[in-house]
Amino acid sequence: MIKRDLVIVGGGPAGMAAAVSAYENGVKDILLVERDQYLGGILNQCVHTGFGINYFKEILTGPEYADRFIEKVKNIPEIEVSLKSIVVSLMPDKIITFLKPGRLETIKAKAIIMATGCREKTREMVHIQGTRPAGIFSAGLAQKLINIEGLLPGKEIIVVGSGDIGLIMARRFTLEGAKVKAIIEIQKETRGLLRNMVQCVEDFNIPVYFNHKISRIYGKDRVEKVSVCKVDDNFNEISGSLFEIKCDTILMSVGLIPENELIEMAGVRIDGNKTSVPGIFMCGNCLKIYDLVDWVTQDSFLAGKLAATTIELLLKPGSHSNTMGAGLQ
Amino acid sequence: MMKRLTCIECPKGCRLLVDAQDGKVVKVTGHECPKGEKYAISEIENPVRILTSSVLGRELRLKMIPVRTDKPIPKSRIFDAMKEIKKVRLTRPLKAGDVVVENFLSLGVNLIATRKAE
Amino acid sequence: MKTHDVAIIGAGVIGTSIARELSRYKLDIALIEKEEELAFGVSKSNSGIIHPGTQNPPGSMKGCLCVQGNALIRKISKELGVDFKEVGELIVAFNEDDIKELLRLKKEAELLGVPGLRIVDKDWLEKNEPNLNSVAVCGLYAPTAGIISPYRLVYDLAENAVRNGVEIFTKAKVINISRADKYFEINTSLDLFKSRYLVNAAGLFADEISGMLGINDFKIKPRKGEEFILDKKKADLARHLIFPLPSKVSKGVLIIKTADGNPMIGPTAEDIEDKEDFSTSDSGLNKVLMSARRLIPSINDKDIIAYFAGLRPVAGDDFIIRHEEKCPGFINVAGIQSPGLTASPAIAVLVANILKKNELALKKKLIFHAHRKKTMHLFEIPLTKTQALIKKDHAYGDIVCRCEMVSAKEIRDAVRRGAKTMDGVKFRTRAQAGRCHGSFCTTRIIKILAEETQTPLTGITKRGRGSEIVRGGRGLIND
Repeated sequence: MIKRDLVIVGGGPAGMAAAVSAYENGVKDILLVERDQYLGGILNQCVHTGFGINYFKEILTGPEYADRFIEKVKNIPEIEVSLKSIVVSLMPDKIITFLKPGRLETIKAKAIIMATGCREKTREMVHIQGTRPAGIFSAGLAQKLINIEGLLPGKEIIVVGSGDIGLIMARRFTLEGAKVKAIIEIQKETRGLLRNMVQCVEDFNIPVYFNHKISRIYGKDRVEKVSVCKVDDNFNEISGSLFEIKCDTILMSVGLIPENELIEMAGVRIDGNKTSVPGIFMCGNCLKIYDLVDWVTQDSFLAGKLAATTIELLLKPGSHSNTMGAGLQ
Repeated sequence: MMKRLTCIECPKGCRLLVDAQDGKVVKVTGHECPKGEKYAISEIENPVRILTSSVLGRELRLKMIPVRTDKPIPKSRIFDAMKEIKKVRLTRPLKAGDVVVENFLSLGVNLIATRKAE
Repeated sequence: MKTHDVAIIGAGVIGTSIARELSRYKLDIALIEKEEELAFGVSKSNSGIIHPGTQNPPGSMKGCLCVQGNALIRKISKELGVDFKEVGELIVAFNEDDIKELLRLKKEAELLGVPGLRIVDKDWLEKNEPNLNSVAVCGLYAPTAGIISPYRLVYDLAENAVRNGVEIFTKAKVINISRADKYFEINTSLDLFKSRYLVNAAGLFADEISGMLGINDFKIKPRKGEEFILDKKKADLARHLIFPLPSKVSKGVLIIKTADGNPMIGPTAEDIEDKEDFSTSDSGLNKVLMSARRLIPSINDKDIIAYFAGLRPVAGDDFIIRHEEKCPGFINVAGIQSPGLTASPAIAVLVANILKKNELALKKKLIFHAHRKKTMHLFEIPLTKTQALIKKDHAYGDIVCRCEMVSAKEIRDAVRRGAKTMDGVKFRTRAQAGRCHGSFCTTRIIKILAEETQTPLTGITKRGRGSEIVRGGRGLIND
């Protein structure tokens, strides 16, 4: 079994910042494991601006923010990057297994930082009645299709939820020539950032229905329409408020959930950046959903530092006991 | 004419009340810092936006290369700009910040790449 | 036009089982399916339970075929390399009245020949099914119950049938059938087929097919069942298939272990009119949650990652499997609701016998390829085996669907073995079926499908024409 000082799972903004921070705090043997073929994580598909105001004091796009960290990581030879590598098992004794084309690797680490990000809630998680045709996408998948693959998921769009990705995708679809027919938000107000309400929604006169929800999805093969209703304070349908909107696409933007199945399945409890296992740390969106990447970076710097401290203690057990010994003499 | 705006210069989101005559700002109230006044004037007199999108690559590792205007462009030209962006075919490798289209739409701004494309 | 000895309409588990059974003999067989892929009708929403034979009235055709099928499926699954797991089932009693009912069920099932049945007490339940409601007093344990993947069974049956000479035609919707000169002429949206014998295994539409030949004495009434799938991390929720006592119309809401690892709860049972109404409802969910929690109180609705509705093709209380004397050579296999999957191999043998009785010569082929090479699924094997596989083929280490751990190799294999749609890939491999619901892997799968089937990206569908995933894009035309 290969031994490493620090293994970081996830090469998005959290993992890269954690790697840089761990290095700067003294760790000289770091393996950064990323499942995609590029570093940068979800930032690569976030081609809009709004990143880096706090950390870089500049307004950057997602890929630009990622690029700055990718360059940093590349210039540190002590950080080894393993791309197209997916971790399939994490054990509480800090043994981690990942697959990549051609290899399965098992590594015993002195410390592990989980920086696995988050995933979007699906239609299934919020229970919308009706059929299950083609044309229902998470907002992030639609973003990937348009920005990374150059594909247009649909032409008449309903956005469910007014989270930031949903708002940004409403603009993106409009710019690509699709018609965004409505944004449906069950809450009283947006969950997104104000600037996105202004620049993504108001700029393009996209109707937003607050206190409304999708009551049912229709369509056999492809989405054909949705029915929408007004809700009361308990999110229950107000009778008589039902109306229909024709559409071919539904984008779900109803929130994000930390991706921490590996930690959960290992039986490890999360406690801030630390966990119930000394030497296993967490940072970024897998710990807590942040609305700005700048905070992810900050959080991950801390995790990198914590991991460095743990490794330092393990590397120099002698120095500690020697001092004690010297004192006894 | 009075117009309501939400300042988006920072996450505070001050609600601005703007008095404008013939497309010119006469008075701004409701802002908590000078940025608010500047924002109101810009939004009323010449609203501008940084446009972000992606362009098609050809024989590059990435199918789509993300781009943006290096300076804001008039809001009214956004759809013209999208038409142009859809025509672009990028064939040469470049890095983030490199110019994709110079003097884009003769607006005095450049369209730049925001990601390295090999 | 080629004339087939036997044409089978409907490529669900019944039609495909019959085709594979008949492929042992020197016959030209056509299997005709209206959908883009096989198993896209009733079979795709099957629970995957191999029933032991309990909960069927003695003397019923379905009870008898279920017990036979349960025995046969073991051999077939081995031959085809489909995983069958004998997990056993528990029917749970909550009070004195229930116990009486349980004893009655046990007696009836024993009359049908269900082996190994025994009543297990509270201690046994606590030890062997720890999450079960502690109010349960005892249970009827049927050790021969098991689970299988209904779609993988169909796909592997079909692959083996094709190897043995069966011709399969998809996207061939039957428009009308005529009988001329001792032949059936089956006019479909794809082609005109001619056959000496005709087997109707058209599931929900079996009454309509039968009606085309003037046999109108049964009607298929769809009975909807909504099912809810839980996250794989809850795989240990139950150790057995857990049933309440059955009602008149269904076996009730169950806790179902599945061959894919994800527990499932459901189904509801609701008689409806529309044969294409696969919608799910809030009331269905609430009903299922309430009933399932009576069995396992700790079920959390936050663990639900997917749901679907299926339609049972109901034609009265029992199966209809018979030669139609009024229309010689025509065999109806209709009303095959639960336990149809379990009974399918026995139904296939029965249909072969009916054909033989009606003067179809069944001459064994010199060589019948009974076995097919097992399809590898990473999620079914331990990591040590995965390592060996990756060494053999690097693409096993190229993971496309991370929630369910499905590699590029498995997806390409699935497409090469017949998957044409996103659902076809999902049913065969489980890619897109996990907790993110395809958010992360859809793009990659679309690209693999497009590449392997030489289709433009905009032509890739969820389940056939009209269900295209994307509707346009940059640089697609004249580029």
